[in-house]
Amino acid sequence: METSPARDLEFEGPASPVRRRNRVKLLALREDIPRSVYLLAGTGFIAAVLVAWSIATYGGYISDLFLPTPTAIIDEGVRQYERGILVQDARASIYRIVVGWFIATLCAVPIGVLMGNFKLIEGLLEPFIDLVRYMPVVALVPLTILWAGIGDEQKFLILFIGTFFQEVLLIMDNVKTVPHDLIRVGYTLGLSRFEILRDIILPASLPGVWDTFRITLGWTWTYLVVAELVAARDGLGRRIMEAQRYLATEQIIFGIIFIGFLGLVTDYFFKITGTYLFKWTKER
Amino acid sequence: MEQSKVAVRRLSHWFGTPRSGLMVLDDVSLSLAQNEFVSVVGTSGCGKSTLLNIIAGLIDPVAGDVLVDGGPVTGPGRDRGVVFQTYTLFPWMPVRKNVEFALKKSGFTKKEKQALVAHYIETVGLKGFENAYPNQLSGGMRQRVAIARALVYNPAVLLMDEPFGALDAQTRGMMQELLLRVWEEHRITVMFITHDVDEAIFMSDRVLVMTARPGKIKQEFAVDLPRPRRYEIMTSPEFVALKHAIVETIREETLKSMALVNGGMLPGAGG
Repeated sequence: METSPARDLEFEGPASPVRRRNRVKLLALREDIPRSVYLLAGTGFIAAVLVAWSIATYGGYISDLFLPTPTAIIDEGVRQYERGILVQDARASIYRIVVGWFIATLCAVPIGVLMGNFKLIEGLLEPFIDLVRYMPVVALVPLTILWAGIGDEQKFLILFIGTFFQEVLLIMDNVKTVPHDLIRVGYTLGLSRFEILRDIILPASLPGVWDTFRITLGWTWTYLVVAELVAARDGLGRRIMEAQRYLATEQIIFGIIFIGFLGLVTDYFFKITGTYLFKWTKER
Repeated sequence: MEQSKVAVRRLSHWFGTPRSGLMVLDDVSLSLAQNEFVSVVGTSGCGKSTLLNIIAGLIDPVAGDVLVDGGPVTGPGRDRGVVFQTYTLFPWMPVRKNVEFALKKSGFTKKEKQALVAHYIETVGLKGFENAYPNQLSGGMRQRVAIARALVYNPAVLLMDEPFGALDAQTRGMMQELLLRVWEEHRITVMFITHDVDEAIFMSDRVLVMTARPGKIKQEFAVDLPRPRRYEIMTSPEFVALKHAIVETIREETLKSMALVNGGMLPGAGG
């Protein structure tokens, strides 16, 4: 049988088709928008906040005591940097954050992995962890001083308490998301439970665990001020608490913004390394 | 008499306890001869996947036993390869590593492993994709890797649980022909779970139809179509007649299970 090509269907019009206007629907549900628009929106919003802030302060609508001008904040930053306070504070705080978070993570990963895989261990520990998780960390400060003194160990302890009890549950959930069929494949290939844990469950849950690292390190940052609340000689959180005493609003706001900035940097560190390390999670 | 490759004897299983639980398998017995390709079809929820999981050793049956080469099955083992319906490749490994992973417990040298892996990747038609990651592969390609992984350690029996169930019709047809070709090349005993009657007849020497839950073997159909088979066979009168008989048998069971759900109200029960 002869099959005719689809020539008949071809449109006999001008050589180059008229391009349809490509309308981008910015508010379509869950549709992608151009990257440039996306970035512009984010930076634009921050710019808008800055503008509003400038108008309110330079225009004299708000007293310096409540909200200093952006230049006052920048001056404060420059002053702290030039006097070496900023670097010293940041060094002390980052050291505490890193050590506190590391200890929490070092405990949370193995315990979370065990809880996610063995119902017995989950049943054993989860009620206790849930209980501690809801205890206010600020209220534990006096106790931690009693237990750990007033040195860095007490700061580590506060950061540990603030981080560990949340992190361990997230790790447990990360591990539980590994599809059961992957575990069954391990069994059919003759692997032992330990080998399945090490060679299948751990690598499969790693992208989720990495994301948990990102989120929990952010939480550790938020507990910094609590950790440096009492008996700290230096640190970004300490500087804020001290500024409060003298109503040095620009110091407080600079400190808050700087902590936020450092938090953002660590966040992006995990985000970027994550997308690089776990390319295989992205579906085509 | 020749010993059967796989023998299932008086298998019964419940989800939960026999007293209060749900009976999924009711006194199932069957056997697979050496190098036989047997399909099990049945209405959804009839326990056919449970049956396969018990033979794989992934579920301990409440009653009865399974013998492979005369020895009782007490758990999962490398004498049985399993291909699941879901995509079970390890997404963090390229194709080559995924297949090689199955040889972890074998005594082969590195070189022997590499040769085996290369051979089976070629067998399933994925030469050139050794270094691709699963997220770069289509569903059909992923299942081909899964088949290669289940064959590479040379199990005595291949257990397949609706392996092509998630694939589109065209891909599925290609996969069926590919699997038949592989099976004819490597001659292995296959138990194939599916709810696609065409697929079951096309591939198998025998088709077992299960009853609605609790599952029993309702009827057995021998498929005496010549091999090697090509897809054209699906329109032959013998094929169509066999399909008619099997579909009727399954339909009775489907209606029965719907009657349970709907309390006797059978939508479209006539005919």
